[in-house]
Amino acid sequence: MKKKFIQHLALAASALMISGSALAQVKIAFIDPLSGHFANIGENALKGFTEAADILVNQKGGIMGQKLEIVGFDNKGSPKESQIQLKAAIDQGFRFVTQGAGSGAAHALVDAINKWNARNPDKTVLYFNWAAVDPTLTNEQCSFWHFRFDANSAMKMEAITNYMVTDKKIKKVFILGQDYAHGHQVAKAATEMLAAKRKDVKIVGNDLHPIGRVKDFAPYVAKIKASGADTVITGNWGNDLSLLIKAAKDSGLKARFFTFYGGAIGSPAAIGAAGENSVYQISDWHMNIQPNKAEQYALDFNKKPGGEMSVARVNTAVTMIAQAMNKAKSTDPKTVALALEDMRFDADNGEVWMRKSDHQLMQPLFLSVFSKKGSKGVKYEAEGTGYGWKTVASISQRDSQLPTSCIMERP
Amino acid sequence: MEFVVISLLNGITYGLLLFMLSSGLTLIFSMMGVLNFAHAGFYMLGAYFAYQISSWVGFWPGLLVAPLLVGVVGAMIERYGLRLAHKFGHVAELLFTFGLAFLVEEVVRLIWGNSSVDYPIPAELDGTLFTLFSTDFPIYKGFMMLISVGMLVALYGLLTRTRIGLIIQAALTKPDMVEALGHNVPRIFMLVFGGGTALAGLAGVIGGNAFITEPSMAAAVGSIVFVVVVVGGLGSLGGAFVASLLIGCIQTFSVALSISVTDVFALVGIALPQGSQISRLTITQLAPVLPYILMVGILIFRPRGLMGARES
Amino acid sequence: MSSHIAEIFFRRSRLALWGGGLAIAIVLPLLFKSGFVTSLLCQMGIMVIFALSYNMLLGQTGLLSFGHAVYYGLGAFVSMHAMNLIGKSGGSVTIALLPIVGAVAGLIGGVVLGYVTTKKAGTTFAMISLGIGELVAASALMFPGFFGGEGGISGNRVIPKSSFLGMTWGPQMEVYWLIVAWAFIAAIAMFALTQTPLGRMANAVRDNPERAEFVGYDTQRVRYLMLILSGLFAGIAGSLNAINYEIVTAEALDSHTSGAVLLMTFVGGIGFFYGPIIGAILVTIMQIVIGGLTKAWLMYFGLFFLFMVLMAPGGIASVIAIQRNLWLAGLFGRMVPHYLAAAGPILLTVAGLVGLIEMTYALLAGEGVGAGDAATEVLGAELHLNSPGPWLAALAITLVGVVLLRWVGRRTGSAWNAALAELHGDKA
Repeated sequence: MKKKFIQHLALAASALMISGSALAQVKIAFIDPLSGHFANIGENALKGFTEAADILVNQKGGIMGQKLEIVGFDNKGSPKESQIQLKAAIDQGFRFVTQGAGSGAAHALVDAINKWNARNPDKTVLYFNWAAVDPTLTNEQCSFWHFRFDANSAMKMEAITNYMVTDKKIKKVFILGQDYAHGHQVAKAATEMLAAKRKDVKIVGNDLHPIGRVKDFAPYVAKIKASGADTVITGNWGNDLSLLIKAAKDSGLKARFFTFYGGAIGSPAAIGAAGENSVYQISDWHMNIQPNKAEQYALDFNKKPGGEMSVARVNTAVTMIAQAMNKAKSTDPKTVALALEDMRFDADNGEVWMRKSDHQLMQPLFLSVFSKKGSKGVKYEAEGTGYGWKTVASISQRDSQLPTSCIMERP
Repeated sequence: MEFVVISLLNGITYGLLLFMLSSGLTLIFSMMGVLNFAHAGFYMLGAYFAYQISSWVGFWPGLLVAPLLVGVVGAMIERYGLRLAHKFGHVAELLFTFGLAFLVEEVVRLIWGNSSVDYPIPAELDGTLFTLFSTDFPIYKGFMMLISVGMLVALYGLLTRTRIGLIIQAALTKPDMVEALGHNVPRIFMLVFGGGTALAGLAGVIGGNAFITEPSMAAAVGSIVFVVVVVGGLGSLGGAFVASLLIGCIQTFSVALSISVTDVFALVGIALPQGSQISRLTITQLAPVLPYILMVGILIFRPRGLMGARES
Repeated sequence: MSSHIAEIFFRRSRLALWGGGLAIAIVLPLLFKSGFVTSLLCQMGIMVIFALSYNMLLGQTGLLSFGHAVYYGLGAFVSMHAMNLIGKSGGSVTIALLPIVGAVAGLIGGVVLGYVTTKKAGTTFAMISLGIGELVAASALMFPGFFGGEGGISGNRVIPKSSFLGMTWGPQMEVYWLIVAWAFIAAIAMFALTQTPLGRMANAVRDNPERAEFVGYDTQRVRYLMLILSGLFAGIAGSLNAINYEIVTAEALDSHTSGAVLLMTFVGGIGFFYGPIIGAILVTIMQIVIGGLTKAWLMYFGLFFLFMVLMAPGGIASVIAIQRNLWLAGLFGRMVPHYLAAAGPILLTVAGLVGLIEMTYALLAGEGVGAGDAATEVLGAELHLNSPGPWLAALAITLVGVVLLRWVGRRTGSAWNAALAELHGDKA
């Protein structure tokens, strides 16, 4: 805190001080919500980045002998505030930023960084996206200065529907989502992919509800029930997901829920027993994957306050960035970006590949179901619920690839 | 048929929960002329207190103690905060509660963390009460209905059958007169504020585990409670009751309707242009904003609400 | 005679104030050559216009609105679409004039929505504005075609052929000059409005609607006109927001933005024209600078706001106004020693409280980071939060501060009351 205070003071007095000498370490600005409604997501990811930088980079020699430091900037979940914090970070000499919670803030950052780099070619900034999954970020609106380490929502849907091809129990599907970009994209991808892969599956409902405004999901569950659906696909996250699952359990709905964020921080605790054997999630990692290379790391991680480890991609991002810098022997954003392109890396969840054409990381994905701890394949529970994730299907890096429409402007 | 009955039950349960929240707000408004913006904050406090108590001694003591604690907190806030703001007029009072809402959320985050807490439904109430056609109706929903109806009856009895109730009713309309008769009106204010917040606390105790206990739960219900109170008529308990049920059912049934906005306009003979963004909206999509549309409509055509006695 | 001199002095001082404000606005960014400070100043400038426009409703007409962001957001979205159109057309118009588009958008929004909202005053108005605010915010996500959904609408303010006086609007400083220029135009226009018959009528409608009606004014019309004009200026602010950030998201018209403008206007002081200016500057600093320093900023902000409501409901401007009156009456000098005497205990109390809050946050926030078992860094000091030492120290500082404050405060209070009595006696 003192360090940050002094940084602010220094900046208020004069920005002239910030130059080469302040860059004795490599610093990444972590711009995500650290207060307000989504603070738990930001806190947890910040912990993930700090731990990864410390254990996976600094204790193994750092970046060309320098330490990698992650500094949190609170964007309060707002796209506009993200831009203000980006300016603050640039002022303090940061040349690398990372963000993930929310595609709105991600778009704002990509946009601001594109413009900044065009207007200040000597002080370029590079952006690592760890969780914003809007497909357009690596398609129509792709940018040379943006790298995404999470599979986008279309890739995740591809993985889910690939599994559905093999599961003949699925006959009637209901799609429910939040009424905003992510919900729309999930609904669109689900209808198109199911129509292409499983013509016999009937889509019996496709509904959107305003995000974060529904208190009682019982009416939606009644509607799902009336439609006779055996499977629900939902892009919902946070309370919109937990409340849906709870309402389904209350009214005895026997459907399976294929979710994107069932394992995100806070969700397992909020869902609890209501999700037993009915909640599926598609993710890049969970505590019970086999082989689990990050097992010991995760156990140590979970002992420290700030939430459990639920993704591998934060570790992947941090180590890949450090490797790229070491390989290029440079911490210049453009050189680092070029080194990251086409990079292959052996990550916690298997071999991953940063595709050059759109800067989208290709990685293995896992479909898992929320099951009782101790049952076959469930060694560890999630968030002290007594339930953990059991792998149902593994999707290789190659199988999750989708073509891109990105036409990248390269500097 | 199954669908209609189930939806009606869902609507009534939700409506009754809304009424528990709005009754306290209405009581406070009609007494003091203050729209308490922090009311949903007390709902949240109720849930967190109950969570804390139930993690120590179980759910049932919490059901009783948590609302009382919330009431005490509310009374203290009235005595040492709101009463000071009262001298500066209604806007200052309103802004006081506005700021209080901020502070309550921040304190809850500080003490219980940013994530949701595990506040489970007690085992005795976890299960199916009856199965209608093929849909289960959980015991807990029945319990929620029981509590709300019980509260409604108790409140009605308190206000019309007891001496303090009569004084409160009198103080609602003629505070000066009541004061002149020797009653301590500021103390009645404090009691009513404490009582109103205790009702919100009770709603929190039973709403917290039915839904999710987390720091933004206050913000999630905050504005809808205002809608109920305004639609029902500011200061009218009966109006709040009718409006709660109405809004509960509207939200439930509008989810069920798969018709689009185009169909609705076609009913009244207006053809919307094909392919426009409005024509593609379905009623389901609009469901959670329908109460606001209802509120704006009510305020335009009948500003005193369904059963309100006065306009502001 | 003396009042006449005071009046002339007041006029001169008013001119000096405007000039001084402009000078500070010009000098500040030159003094701090930092991008962060420039962004901060830009945000302040936008918020100043927005808060002033809000005070046209709350302060001047007595309308408490919970949905003022609607007009700000409309101005922002329409301007962003206009910016993209200008970009496509190859820069036929300069970006500097974009706020006019925002103003028109805010004005039209005011004409349409204001007709509904201003039928009634008081609580009904407050509730309708809340309802309409929620409706518009919800529809922003339902109509991605116009509002751009979650990602919002973005644009590029640098349009090659549309440079104006050599300004390309690329560098942040140029945008800052644009914001300063528009802020001054808007502020002068809004100040002039308070001096017009409409402005006076609005005050009458606020203070005594029955009497205003009785002397022949249509109160509903006055409210309607004021809301339309206020929407116009909010639209200018929204437009500058679009130019400054080059992105507009649904957040621009949601209830948080409405709440923020209400808070800053009130904290600054609704009874004075310059109140909202102070409030906008102060709250922006709190949000961005203090928000960057400590996780507890929302707590400080909430406490500060409650303190203002309870202790100085007239806002900071009213505190300044009283000092000015004391100064004019020659009584300020005798208060200075009392202020100085009170400053120590106040600082002590605040320091103790900040220490307590920061330690509590370090211990509890984020599910107990540090959790007290190891030395935790609080306010630059390594503290062991599981030992009572630091807590007792902070508590002791707070208590000493409070005790001293009570002791000093009693004497300051009586001196204060005496000065005020004399001031009012003097006036009478």
